[in-house]
Amino acid sequence: MIANYGYMDGSGEFFISIDTDKCAACKDKPCIQACPKGMFEKIIDDYDDEVVAIKEIYRKSIKYECAPCKPAKGWISLPCIEACYPKAITHSW
Amino acid sequence: MRDREFWRWKEYNWRNPDMDWRKAEIIAAGIDVGSVSSQAVIMLDGELYAYSSIRTGSNSPDSAKKAMDRAIEGTGLTMDNIHYIVGTGYGRVNIPFANRAITEIACHARGANYMGGPKVRTILDMGGQDCKAIKCDEKGKVINFLMNDKCAAGTGRGMEVIADLLAVPIEEIGQRSLEVDEDVPAVSNVCVVFAKSEAMALMKEGWSKNKVLAAYCQAMAERVVTLLERVTVEREFFITGGIAKNIGVVKRIEKLLGIEAMKTDYDSQIAGALGAALFATAIVKKERSAA
Repeated sequence: MIANYGYMDGSGEFFISIDTDKCAACKDKPCIQACPKGMFEKIIDDYDDEVVAIKEIYRKSIKYECAPCKPAKGWISLPCIEACYPKAITHSW
Repeated sequence: MRDREFWRWKEYNWRNPDMDWRKAEIIAAGIDVGSVSSQAVIMLDGELYAYSSIRTGSNSPDSAKKAMDRAIEGTGLTMDNIHYIVGTGYGRVNIPFANRAITEIACHARGANYMGGPKVRTILDMGGQDCKAIKCDEKGKVINFLMNDKCAAGTGRGMEVIADLLAVPIEEIGQRSLEVDEDVPAVSNVCVVFAKSEAMALMKEGWSKNKVLAAYCQAMAERVVTLLERVTVEREFFITGGIAKNIGVVKRIEKLLGIEAMKTDYDSQIAGALGAALFATAIVKKERSAA
Protein backbone atom coordinates (compact mmCIF):
# COMPACT_ATOMS: atom_id res chain seq x y z
CA MET A 1 0.00 0.00 0.00
CA ILE A 2 1.16 3.52 -0.74
CA ALA A 3 0.31 5.72 2.24
CA ASN A 4 0.44 9.43 1.47
CA TYR A 5 0.76 11.77 4.42
CA GLY A 6 0.42 15.49 3.92
CA TYR A 7 -1.89 17.86 2.12
CA MET A 8 -2.45 20.08 -0.86
CA ASP A 9 -3.28 23.74 -0.48
CA GLY A 10 -3.04 26.94 -2.49
CA SER A 11 0.76 26.81 -2.33
CA GLY A 12 1.22 23.31 -3.70
CA GLU A 13 1.17 19.59 -2.94
CA PHE A 14 3.13 18.33 0.03
CA PHE A 15 3.07 14.59 0.56
CA ILE A 16 5.48 12.08 2.06
CA SER A 17 4.64 8.70 0.54
CA ILE A 18 5.49 5.43 2.26
CA ASP A 19 5.29 2.11 0.45
CA THR A 20 4.09 0.00 3.36
CA ASP A 21 4.80 -3.32 1.63
CA LYS A 22 8.50 -2.42 1.47
CA CYS A 23 8.38 -0.78 4.91
CA ALA A 24 6.80 -3.80 6.62
CA ALA A 25 9.67 -5.98 5.39
CA CYS A 26 12.22 -3.70 7.08
CA LYS A 27 12.81 -4.60 10.73
CA ASP A 28 15.07 -1.72 11.72
CA LYS A 29 13.00 1.26 10.57
CA PRO A 30 16.09 3.51 10.49
CA CYS A 31 14.07 6.44 9.16
CA ILE A 32 12.66 6.98 12.66
CA GLN A 33 16.09 7.83 14.02
CA ALA A 34 17.24 9.62 10.88
CA CYS A 35 14.56 12.32 10.84
CA PRO A 36 15.91 15.28 12.84
CA LYS A 37 12.36 16.37 13.66
CA GLY A 38 11.27 12.91 14.83
CA MET A 39 8.32 12.96 12.45
CA PHE A 40 8.18 9.20 11.89
CA GLU A 41 6.60 6.67 14.23
CA LYS A 42 6.08 2.93 14.20
CA ILE A 43 2.45 1.80 13.96
CA ILE A 44 0.46 -1.37 13.37
CA ASP A 45 -1.66 -0.62 10.32
CA ASP A 46 -5.19 -1.82 9.55
CA TYR A 47 -3.83 -4.99 8.00
CA ASP A 48 -1.71 -5.81 11.07
CA ASP A 49 1.63 -4.88 9.47
CA GLU A 50 4.25 -2.99 11.46
CA VAL A 51 5.06 0.07 9.39
CA VAL A 52 6.14 3.66 9.87
CA ALA A 53 3.80 6.61 9.52
CA ILE A 54 4.10 10.36 9.87
CA LYS A 55 2.94 11.44 13.32
CA GLU A 56 -0.50 13.03 13.29
CA ILE A 57 0.75 16.37 14.66
CA TYR A 58 3.07 16.86 11.67
CA ARG A 59 0.72 15.85 8.85
CA LYS A 60 -0.76 19.29 8.24
CA SER A 61 2.56 21.13 8.41
CA ILE A 62 5.09 18.91 6.66
CA LYS A 63 6.03 21.68 4.24
CA TYR A 64 7.40 23.61 7.21
CA GLU A 65 8.64 20.64 9.26
CA CYS A 66 10.73 19.36 6.35
CA ALA A 67 12.02 22.83 5.45
CA PRO A 68 15.31 22.58 7.45
CA CYS A 69 16.28 19.54 5.33
CA LYS A 70 15.22 21.32 2.14
CA PRO A 71 17.10 24.61 1.87
CA ALA A 72 15.94 27.19 -0.66
CA LYS A 73 19.04 26.62 -2.78
CA GLY A 74 17.82 23.08 -3.35
CA TRP A 75 18.52 19.69 -1.79
CA ILE A 76 20.43 16.68 -2.99
CA SER A 77 19.52 14.08 -0.37
CA LEU A 78 17.19 13.83 2.61
CA PRO A 79 18.01 11.98 5.85
CA CYS A 80 14.80 9.93 5.82
CA ILE A 81 15.20 8.83 2.19
CA GLU A 82 18.92 8.13 2.68
CA ALA A 83 18.27 6.00 5.76
CA CYS A 84 15.44 4.00 4.21
CA TYR A 85 17.29 1.17 2.48
CA PRO A 86 14.14 -0.58 1.14
CA LYS A 87 13.50 2.72 -0.70
CA ALA A 88 10.00 3.00 0.66
CA ILE A 89 9.94 6.78 1.22
CA THR A 90 9.40 9.49 -1.37
CA HIS A 91 8.60 13.19 -1.15
CA SER A 92 6.28 14.93 -3.61
CA TRP A 93 8.05 18.29 -3.52
CA MET B 1 -31.97 35.29 14.09
CA ARG B 2 -32.80 32.92 11.23
CA ASP B 3 -35.74 30.60 11.84
CA ARG B 4 -34.30 27.88 9.60
CA GLU B 5 -30.90 26.29 9.25
CA PHE B 6 -30.53 25.30 5.60
CA TRP B 7 -27.46 23.14 6.15
CA ARG B 8 -29.36 20.87 8.52
CA TRP B 9 -29.89 17.53 6.79
CA LYS B 10 -32.32 14.92 8.07
CA GLU B 11 -31.24 12.12 10.40
CA TYR B 12 -32.57 8.69 9.48
CA ASN B 13 -32.48 4.97 10.09
CA TRP B 14 -33.31 1.87 8.05
CA ARG B 15 -33.89 -1.81 8.72
CA ASN B 16 -34.39 -4.83 6.47
CA PRO B 17 -37.77 -6.21 7.57
CA ASP B 18 -37.08 -9.57 5.92
CA MET B 19 -34.15 -10.41 8.18
CA ASP B 20 -34.29 -11.76 11.73
CA TRP B 21 -31.26 -11.18 13.94
CA ARG B 22 -32.27 -14.12 16.18
CA LYS B 23 -31.37 -16.52 13.36
CA ALA B 24 -27.95 -14.99 12.72
CA GLU B 25 -24.70 -16.67 13.76
CA ILE B 26 -22.62 -13.49 13.61
CA ILE B 27 -24.04 -10.13 14.60
CA ALA B 28 -21.46 -7.45 13.91
CA ALA B 29 -21.58 -3.68 14.02
CA GLY B 30 -19.58 -0.81 12.60
CA ILE B 31 -19.72 2.74 13.87
CA ASP B 32 -18.32 5.64 11.90
CA VAL B 33 -18.06 8.74 14.08
CA GLY B 34 -17.23 11.43 11.57
CA SER B 35 -16.66 15.11 12.07
CA VAL B 36 -20.14 16.05 10.84
CA SER B 37 -22.19 12.85 10.80
CA SER B 38 -22.13 9.49 12.55
CA GLN B 39 -23.39 6.19 11.16
CA ALA B 40 -23.99 2.82 12.76
CA VAL B 41 -24.41 -0.34 10.69
CA ILE B 42 -25.55 -3.77 11.90
CA MET B 43 -24.73 -6.83 9.80
CA LEU B 44 -26.09 -10.34 10.19
CA ASP B 45 -23.71 -13.00 8.87
CA GLY B 46 -22.13 -10.44 6.56
CA GLU B 47 -25.42 -9.06 5.18
CA LEU B 48 -26.71 -5.55 5.80
CA TYR B 49 -29.50 -5.58 8.39
CA ALA B 50 -29.90 -2.07 9.79
CA TYR B 51 -28.27 1.33 9.85
CA SER B 52 -28.66 4.87 11.03
CA SER B 53 -27.15 8.24 10.21
CA ILE B 54 -27.21 11.11 12.68
CA ARG B 55 -25.40 14.42 13.16
CA THR B 56 -22.25 14.18 15.26
CA GLY B 57 -22.44 16.19 18.44
CA SER B 58 -19.60 17.63 20.45
CA ASN B 59 -18.99 14.34 22.23
CA SER B 60 -17.86 11.24 20.29
CA PRO B 61 -19.01 8.58 22.80
CA ASP B 62 -22.50 10.15 22.93
CA SER B 63 -22.70 10.37 19.14
CA ALA B 64 -21.65 6.73 18.80
CA LYS B 65 -24.24 5.65 21.37
CA LYS B 66 -27.00 7.68 19.69
CA ALA B 67 -26.14 6.27 16.26
CA MET B 68 -26.18 2.74 17.64
CA ASP B 69 -29.48 3.32 19.47
CA ARG B 70 -31.08 4.60 16.25
CA ALA B 71 -29.77 1.63 14.27
CA ILE B 72 -31.16 -0.98 16.66
CA GLU B 73 -34.39 0.96 17.33
CA GLY B 74 -37.42 -1.31 17.04
CA THR B 75 -35.39 -4.47 16.37
CA GLY B 76 -35.38 -5.91 19.89
CA LEU B 77 -31.59 -6.16 19.53
CA THR B 78 -29.44 -4.97 22.44
CA MET B 79 -25.72 -4.20 22.63
CA ASP B 80 -25.21 -7.50 24.49
CA ASN B 81 -26.39 -9.43 21.43
CA ILE B 82 -23.70 -7.91 19.19
CA HIS B 83 -20.61 -10.09 18.95
CA TYR B 84 -18.09 -7.51 17.77
CA ILE B 85 -18.05 -3.77 17.15
CA VAL B 86 -15.48 -1.88 15.09
CA GLY B 87 -15.20 1.90 15.39
CA THR B 88 -13.95 4.14 12.61
CA GLY B 89 -13.86 7.81 11.60
CA TYR B 90 -12.42 10.80 13.44
CA GLY B 91 -13.93 9.70 16.73
CA ARG B 92 -12.92 6.04 16.42
CA VAL B 93 -10.53 6.06 19.37
CA ASN B 94 -13.24 7.44 21.61
CA ILE B 95 -15.99 4.85 21.29
CA PRO B 96 -16.08 3.08 24.66
CA PHE B 97 -18.08 0.06 23.52
CA ALA B 98 -16.05 -0.66 20.33
CA ASN B 99 -13.81 -3.73 20.40
CA ARG B 100 -11.35 -2.29 17.89
CA ALA B 101 -10.64 0.89 15.95
CA ILE B 102 -9.78 0.80 12.23
CA THR B 103 -9.06 3.82 10.05
CA GLU B 104 -11.85 5.14 7.87
CA ILE B 105 -9.62 4.71 4.82
CA ALA B 106 -9.58 0.91 5.16
CA CYS B 107 -13.27 0.88 6.11
CA HIS B 108 -14.42 2.98 3.15
CA ALA B 109 -12.50 0.73 0.77
CA ARG B 110 -14.10 -2.35 2.29
CA GLY B 111 -17.54 -0.74 2.31
CA ALA B 112 -17.26 0.40 -1.31
CA ASN B 113 -16.15 -3.11 -2.28
CA TYR B 114 -19.35 -4.48 -0.71
CA MET B 115 -21.57 -1.86 -2.32
CA GLY B 116 -20.00 -1.81 -5.77
CA GLY B 117 -18.53 -5.29 -5.98
CA PRO B 118 -14.98 -6.52 -6.66
CA LYS B 119 -14.58 -4.33 -9.77
CA VAL B 120 -14.28 -1.16 -7.68
CA ARG B 121 -10.73 0.19 -7.93
CA THR B 122 -10.89 3.90 -7.13
CA ILE B 123 -12.92 5.41 -4.33
CA LEU B 124 -13.56 9.02 -3.61
CA ASP B 125 -14.87 9.65 -0.12
CA MET B 126 -16.19 13.16 0.31
CA GLY B 127 -16.76 13.46 4.00
CA GLY B 128 -17.82 16.22 6.34
CA GLN B 129 -14.42 17.75 6.90
CA ASP B 130 -12.04 15.84 4.71
CA CYS B 131 -11.76 14.23 1.35
CA LYS B 132 -10.04 10.94 0.55
CA ALA B 133 -8.91 9.35 -2.66
CA ILE B 134 -8.42 5.60 -2.24
CA LYS B 135 -7.32 2.84 -4.59
CA CYS B 136 -8.08 -0.75 -3.67
CA ASP B 137 -7.78 -4.28 -5.00
CA GLU B 138 -10.57 -6.74 -5.80
CA LYS B 139 -10.93 -7.63 -2.12
CA GLY B 140 -11.31 -4.03 -1.00
CA LYS B 141 -7.80 -3.83 0.45
CA VAL B 142 -6.25 -0.38 0.20
CA ILE B 143 -3.28 -0.12 -2.18
CA ASN B 144 -2.92 3.67 -2.26
CA PHE B 145 -4.59 6.48 -0.40
CA LEU B 146 -4.51 10.20 -0.06
CA MET B 147 -6.40 12.35 2.36
CA ASN B 148 -6.85 16.09 2.45
CA ASP B 149 -8.17 17.42 5.71
CA LYS B 150 -6.29 20.67 5.96
CA CYS B 151 -9.26 22.84 5.04
CA ALA B 152 -13.00 22.55 4.48
CA ALA B 153 -12.85 23.22 0.72
CA GLY B 154 -14.06 20.12 -1.10
CA THR B 155 -15.94 18.80 1.91
CA GLY B 156 -19.46 18.54 3.21
CA ARG B 157 -18.91 21.27 5.74
CA GLY B 158 -18.03 23.67 2.93
CA MET B 159 -21.31 22.74 1.24
CA GLU B 160 -23.20 23.39 4.46
CA VAL B 161 -21.67 26.88 4.66
CA ILE B 162 -22.87 27.68 1.12
CA ALA B 163 -26.34 26.23 1.83
CA ASP B 164 -26.74 28.55 4.79
CA LEU B 165 -25.30 31.55 2.96
CA LEU B 166 -27.68 31.19 0.01
CA ALA B 167 -30.61 29.94 2.12
CA VAL B 168 -30.99 26.84 -0.05
CA PRO B 169 -31.78 23.49 1.64
CA ILE B 170 -28.67 21.34 1.34
CA GLU B 171 -30.56 18.47 -0.31
CA GLU B 172 -31.57 20.78 -3.22
CA ILE B 173 -28.12 22.18 -4.02
CA GLY B 174 -27.05 19.51 -6.51
CA GLN B 175 -30.18 19.59 -8.63
CA ARG B 176 -30.42 23.38 -8.61
CA SER B 177 -26.79 23.71 -9.68
CA LEU B 178 -27.62 21.66 -12.78
CA GLU B 179 -30.50 23.93 -13.76
CA VAL B 180 -27.98 26.46 -15.10
CA ASP B 181 -27.57 26.07 -18.87
CA GLU B 182 -24.08 27.52 -19.21
CA ASP B 183 -20.73 26.23 -17.88
CA VAL B 184 -20.06 28.44 -14.89
CA PRO B 185 -16.45 29.16 -13.82
CA ALA B 186 -15.56 27.84 -10.37
CA VAL B 187 -15.21 30.03 -7.29
CA SER B 188 -12.10 29.59 -5.12
CA ASN B 189 -11.39 25.94 -4.47
CA VAL B 190 -8.60 26.36 -1.96
CA CYS B 191 -10.54 27.93 0.89
CA VAL B 192 -14.18 27.91 1.98
CA VAL B 193 -13.87 31.37 3.52
CA PHE B 194 -12.65 32.77 0.18
CA ALA B 195 -15.35 30.82 -1.67
CA LYS B 196 -17.98 32.27 0.65
CA SER B 197 -16.72 35.83 0.05
CA GLU B 198 -16.67 35.19 -3.69
CA ALA B 199 -20.21 33.79 -3.61
CA MET B 200 -21.43 36.90 -1.79
CA ALA B 201 -19.74 39.16 -4.34
CA LEU B 202 -21.30 37.20 -7.21
CA MET B 203 -24.76 37.54 -5.67
CA LYS B 204 -24.21 41.30 -5.45
CA GLU B 205 -23.24 41.28 -9.14
CA GLY B 206 -26.65 39.84 -9.88
CA TRP B 207 -25.88 36.15 -10.31
CA SER B 208 -28.81 33.86 -9.56
CA LYS B 209 -28.56 31.50 -6.61
CA ASN B 210 -28.47 28.54 -8.97
CA LYS B 211 -25.54 30.02 -10.88
CA VAL B 212 -23.59 30.60 -7.66
CA LEU B 213 -24.36 27.04 -6.59
CA ALA B 214 -23.08 25.81 -9.95
CA ALA B 215 -19.86 27.79 -9.42
CA TYR B 216 -19.40 26.26 -5.97
CA CYS B 217 -20.17 22.71 -7.12
CA GLN B 218 -17.66 23.21 -9.96
CA ALA B 219 -15.04 24.40 -7.44
CA MET B 220 -15.64 21.38 -5.27
CA ALA B 221 -15.38 19.03 -8.23
CA GLU B 222 -12.12 20.61 -9.42
CA ARG B 223 -10.72 20.39 -5.91
CA VAL B 224 -11.36 16.67 -5.48
CA VAL B 225 -10.30 15.81 -9.01
CA THR B 226 -6.78 17.15 -8.30
CA LEU B 227 -6.70 14.81 -5.33
CA LEU B 228 -7.88 11.87 -7.43
CA GLU B 229 -5.35 12.57 -10.15
CA ARG B 230 -2.56 12.19 -7.63
CA VAL B 231 -3.49 8.58 -6.95
CA THR B 232 -4.57 8.13 -10.62
CA VAL B 233 -8.12 7.10 -11.36
CA GLU B 234 -8.81 3.57 -12.47
CA ARG B 235 -12.16 2.08 -13.39
CA GLU B 236 -14.44 1.23 -11.70
CA PHE B 237 -14.80 4.49 -9.84
CA PHE B 238 -17.03 4.78 -6.77
CA ILE B 239 -18.04 7.76 -4.65
CA THR B 240 -18.88 7.47 -0.96
CA GLY B 241 -19.74 9.98 1.75
CA GLY B 242 -22.50 12.52 2.06
CA ILE B 243 -21.48 14.59 -0.97
CA ALA B 244 -22.05 11.53 -3.18
CA LYS B 245 -25.73 12.47 -2.78
CA ASN B 246 -25.08 15.85 -4.43
CA ILE B 247 -25.77 15.18 -8.10
CA GLY B 248 -24.36 18.57 -9.08
CA VAL B 249 -20.91 17.74 -7.72
CA VAL B 250 -20.97 14.13 -8.91
CA LYS B 251 -21.89 15.07 -12.50
CA ARG B 252 -19.12 17.67 -12.62
CA ILE B 253 -16.53 15.23 -11.27
CA GLU B 254 -17.59 12.72 -13.91
CA LYS B 255 -17.26 15.36 -16.61
CA LEU B 256 -13.78 16.41 -15.46
CA LEU B 257 -12.56 12.82 -15.23
CA GLY B 258 -14.37 11.58 -18.32
CA ILE B 259 -15.51 8.58 -16.27
CA GLU B 260 -18.96 7.80 -14.93
CA ALA B 261 -19.12 6.86 -11.26
CA MET B 262 -20.66 3.49 -10.39
CA LYS B 263 -24.30 3.59 -9.36
CA THR B 264 -25.52 1.79 -6.25
CA ASP B 265 -28.79 1.17 -4.45
CA TYR B 266 -26.98 1.39 -1.11
CA ASP B 267 -26.74 4.61 0.88
CA SER B 268 -23.31 6.01 0.00
CA GLN B 269 -23.05 7.75 3.36
CA ILE B 270 -22.82 4.49 5.32
CA ALA B 271 -19.79 3.11 3.45
CA GLY B 272 -17.38 3.70 6.35
CA ALA B 273 -19.61 2.10 8.98
CA LEU B 274 -20.46 -0.71 6.59
CA GLY B 275 -16.77 -1.41 6.03
CA ALA B 276 -16.22 -1.38 9.79
CA ALA B 277 -19.05 -3.92 10.24
CA LEU B 278 -17.47 -6.11 7.54
CA PHE B 279 -14.14 -5.97 9.39
CA ALA B 280 -16.00 -6.91 12.60
CA THR B 281 -17.63 -9.88 10.87
CA ALA B 282 -14.25 -11.05 9.51
CA ILE B 283 -12.65 -10.75 12.96
CA VAL B 284 -15.38 -12.86 14.58
CA LYS B 285 -15.01 -15.50 11.85
CA LYS B 286 -11.24 -15.56 12.32
CA GLU B 287 -11.52 -15.82 16.11
CA ARG B 288 -14.05 -18.65 15.88
CA SER B 289 -12.01 -20.63 13.36
CA ALA B 290 -8.91 -20.24 15.57
CA ALA B 291 -10.79 -21.45 18.68
